Amino acid sequence: MRRIVGILLLIIVAVGIGRSLVKIPFGTSRTKVGTHYINEGIKETGSANIVTSVVVSYRGFDTLGEVTVLFIAAIGLGAVLTRSGGKETRKIESASLVLYTGCRLLFPLILIFGTYIFIHGHLTPGGGFQGGAIIASGFLLIYLGCRERRISKIASKLAESLGGLVFVVIGLLGLLFGGHFLSNFLPKGTANTFFSAGIVPIIYIAIGFKVGSELAGIIDNLIEES
Amino acid sequence: MIFVASFLVVLMLVGAVAASIFRDLISAVIAAAFVSLVAAILFYLLQAPDVAMAEAAIGAALTVAIFIIAIRRTKRYEE
Amino acid sequence: MSFLDNYIYYIGAFGLILIGFYIILVKHNLIKVIIGLGILDTGVNLFLISVGYITKGTAPIFSKPGIDSERMVDPVPQALVLTAIVIGVAVLALALSLAIRLYQHYGTLNLRKIREQRW
Repeated sequence: MRRIVGILLLIIVAVGIGRSLVKIPFGTSRTKVGTHYINEGIKETGSANIVTSVVVSYRGFDTLGEVTVLFIAAIGLGAVLTRSGGKETRKIESASLVLYTGCRLLFPLILIFGTYIFIHGHLTPGGGFQGGAIIASGFLLIYLGCRERRISKIASKLAESLGGLVFVVIGLLGLLFGGHFLSNFLPKGTANTFFSAGIVPIIYIAIGFKVGSELAGIIDNLIEES
Repeated sequence: MIFVASFLVVLMLVGAVAASIFRDLISAVIAAAFVSLVAAILFYLLQAPDVAMAEAAIGAALTVAIFIIAIRRTKRYEE
Repeated sequence: MSFLDNYIYYIGAFGLILIGFYIILVKHNLIKVIIGLGILDTGVNLFLISVGYITKGTAPIFSKPGIDSERMVDPVPQALVLTAIVIGVAVLALALSLAIRLYQHYGTLNLRKIREQRW
C-alpha cells in the first residue's frame, strides 16, 4: 500500500519537474551578474580566481552564515553523543609496525598538501573548504592507522575558535576603515602574484583552519565511545 | 566527448539504483561513494575545477568514513 | 542526437533526484533513508552546475593576465554549490548522530517497529 502511494507521488513529481526542465536552455547565455563579475573582477578585488572573489569578496556575508551553520552542526553532534554512564570497553588490538610507521610518515605530507591548497586559493583552483577537507582526511588516517593516539581537545577547539574569530575581526576592521562590513582595505597589488588581493588570502587561511579542525572534531566525537 | 559524458551518466544511474537495492548497508554506502566520484568527474567536464575538488575530497572520503563509523555502532544488515 | 547533446546532464541530475526521492519514501531502515538524502543532495548540486554551462567554454580563472574572457563559464552557480556541498556533509553527520542515539534507546532501527512501540 505504502509502496503504491509512493510510486504514484513520484510519478506526479517527475511529470512536474520534466515539463519545466525542457524550457530551460542548456549552454546558451550567461546572466548579467556573471558577466559583470568576470569583466570587473580583477580590477575590483585583485584575485585571479573569479570563483574565490565571488565567495569571499562579493558574497562574503553568505560565507559567514555558512561557517556559522557548520559550527552549529558540530556543536549539536557533540551535545547529542555525550557519554551517559556505562562505557563498553572493546579491546583495541594495536597495529603492526609497518602500518604505524607508514601512517606517521604520510601525515605531515598530507598536512603540507592541504596547507598549500588553501594558501594559494586566489591564484589556482582551490581554497579554504577544499584544503580543510584534505587536512581532516589526514587526521582520519591517524585514527585508522595508529589506533591509540588522539588529538588533544584543547588544541582543536582553540584552532576552530581562532579561525572564526579572525574572520569576524577582519570584517569589523573593514567596517572601521572602509565604510561597510568586509570591505577590502588592504592594498590590492598586481594580479597573479602571491601578495595580492587584499584580505582574500587572510580570510581563506582562517576558513581553512576552522573547517579542518571542525571536521576532525566531528570524527573524533563519533569514534570516541566504542 | 558526448559519448564519454553519456557513458558516465549511465554508470552513475546504475550505481544509484544499486545503492537502493543492496541489503548489506556497507555495500550501499560504497555505491553512494561511487556516485559521488562519478559526479566529481562530471563536474570537471562541465569546466568547474573548484567544485570537482570539493566534491571528491568531501563526498568520496569523509562521507564514507562517518557512515562506516555510524554503521559500526548500530546494525550492519537491513531487516 | 542533438536532443541527447543538449540534455544529457539534465537527464542525469533528474534521474538522481528521482532515485533519492524513491529511497526516502519507500525504504524503512533509517540509515538507508540517510543514504537517500545524500544522493538527493548530489543530484541537486549537479543540476545547479549544469545550468551555468556555456557551450565550448573554459573555466573562470585568469591564469595569464590577458586571457580572452568571452567564453568563460558562469561563476555564480559554482560559488553557491561550493557552500552547499559542505553544508550537506554537516547535515549528514548530525542525522547520523541522532540515528545512533535512537538505536541506543529503542534497540532497533526499523521505522515501523519504532512507530509501533510508541503507542
